[in-house]
Amino acid sequence: MKISWLPTVAGLAVVGTVIRAAFFTPLEAKQGAAQKIFYIHVPAAWVAFLAFGLVAIASGVFLWLRDPRLDRFAESSAEVGVVFTSVVLITGPLWAKPIWGTYWAWWDVRLVSTLFLWFIYVSYLVLRGAIESPEMRSRYAAVLGILGALLIPFIHLSVYLFATMHPMPIVGKPSAPSLPNEMLLTLFLSLISFTLLYFTFVRSRYRYAVERDAIAEAAGQHA
Amino acid sequence: MSETISAAWLIARKDLAIEFRTRSAFFSAVVFALLGLVIFYYAWDPTAVSVTDLAPGVLWVIFTFSGLLGLHRSFGIEAADHAIDGLLASPVSRHAIFLGKAIANLIFVAAVQMIAIPALVLFYNLPLGDVVGPLIAIALLAAIGLVVVGTLFSAMVVNTRLAELLLPMLALPFFVPIVIAATQATAKLLSGRPVSEADAWLKLLVAFDIVFVAACTLAYPFTVED
Repeated sequence: MKISWLPTVAGLAVVGTVIRAAFFTPLEAKQGAAQKIFYIHVPAAWVAFLAFGLVAIASGVFLWLRDPRLDRFAESSAEVGVVFTSVVLITGPLWAKPIWGTYWAWWDVRLVSTLFLWFIYVSYLVLRGAIESPEMRSRYAAVLGILGALLIPFIHLSVYLFATMHPMPIVGKPSAPSLPNEMLLTLFLSLISFTLLYFTFVRSRYRYAVERDAIAEAAGQHA
Repeated sequence: MSETISAAWLIARKDLAIEFRTRSAFFSAVVFALLGLVIFYYAWDPTAVSVTDLAPGVLWVIFTFSGLLGLHRSFGIEAADHAIDGLLASPVSRHAIFLGKAIANLIFVAAVQMIAIPALVLFYNLPLGDVVGPLIAIALLAAIGLVVVGTLFSAMVVNTRLAELLLPMLALPFFVPIVIAATQATAKLLSGRPVSEADAWLKLLVAFDIVFVAACTLAYPFTVED
C-alpha cells in the first residue's frame, strides 16, 4: 500500500499536539483545564487567516494571469478556511462560558470579527455555487475574494470602536499573558501541526476540483 | 477623465428617466421604508426605551434594506432584451458604465432618504434642532458606500441563479461597517453630543467610501467580459 505522506505527517502531528496539550503541558493557574482549548482555538484562527489571505492573493493573481489552477486553489482554500473559522467560532464561546461567564461577548473584537469573516466566506462559497459558467464563476469569485479582504480591516475597526465605547468586564479578562516555555512550545507545535493540516485539506480539495473539472470537460465534449 | 464623467452622467440620466417614467421601484422602496418605521415602533416598549435611543438603529436598518430593493433593479432592468449588451457595445468605458449606474442608484437612495428621514422625525417625534446639517452629511457618506458596493454586486448577481437571495447575502456583510458607523454617529448627534464625538465614525465612513469607490470601479470591468 502506498503511503500518502502529507496526510500521515499532518495527522500524526495533530494527534501528537493534542496529546502533549492534554497531558504534558501544565495547567494554567487561574483558568485551569479550560485554557487547554487555546491550543486548538489559536492555531485554527491562524489557519483561517492564512486561508483567507491566500484566497485574496490567489484571486488577485488570477485576474492578472487567468490561470485556472489559481481559481481552484482559491476555491479549495476558502472552503478549508470556512471549516477552520467554524472551529474558531465553536471553541471561542466554549472557552468564554467558564472564563467570562458568557458564551458570546459583543465587546470581544476578535470573536465578532471572526463571525463576519465566516459570513463573507460562506457567501463566497454560495456565490460560486450559484454560477453555471466556470469562466464567469472564477472571475466573480476572484472579485469577491479581493473585496472581502479589503472589508476585513473596516469590520475590525468598526467593531473595535463600537466595543471600546461600551463597558467591558474587568474580572477574568486576560491582559496579554506571557506564557511559560512549556505552554509556548505546545502552542508553537499546534500552529505547525494545524498548518500542515491546512495544506493536507487544501491539497485533497484541490485534487477533487481538478477531477471534477476534467469530468465536466469530458462530459461537455461528449454532448 | 471628463469624458468618463459625462458618459457616466448620461447613463445615470437614462436610468433615472426609466425610473421616473415607471416609478415602480421608487414607490415600493418608499412604502417599504414607511412600513418599516411603523412596524419597528411596536418592536420596542416606548416606555422603557426612549425614541432617541431607538431612532438611529431603526433609520439605518430600514435604509439598508430599502436600499437593497432599489439596487437589485439597477442591472435587473438591463437584463430585459439583453439591453446590457447594447450598453457594453457602446463607445464608453466600463468604468463610466459602473459610475453611471452608481450615480443613478445614489440619487435613488437619496430620494428615498429624503422622504424616510422626515417621516422618522415626524413619527418618532425627534428633537432635530441644529443637527440637520451633520445628519445629512452622515446620510450622504453612508449612501455612497452602500451604493458602490451594492451596484457592483447587483451587476454580478443578475447572472446567477438565486439572484434575489444572493444580493443581500453578498452585500450585507459589506454594509456592517457602514451601519455601525452611521448608527453610532446618528445616536451621538440625536442625544445632543457635540459633532466632534462622532468624528471617528465619520472618518471611518469617509475611508470606506474612498477605498470601495476605487475598488468597485476597478473591479467592475472584470464582471462583464465575454
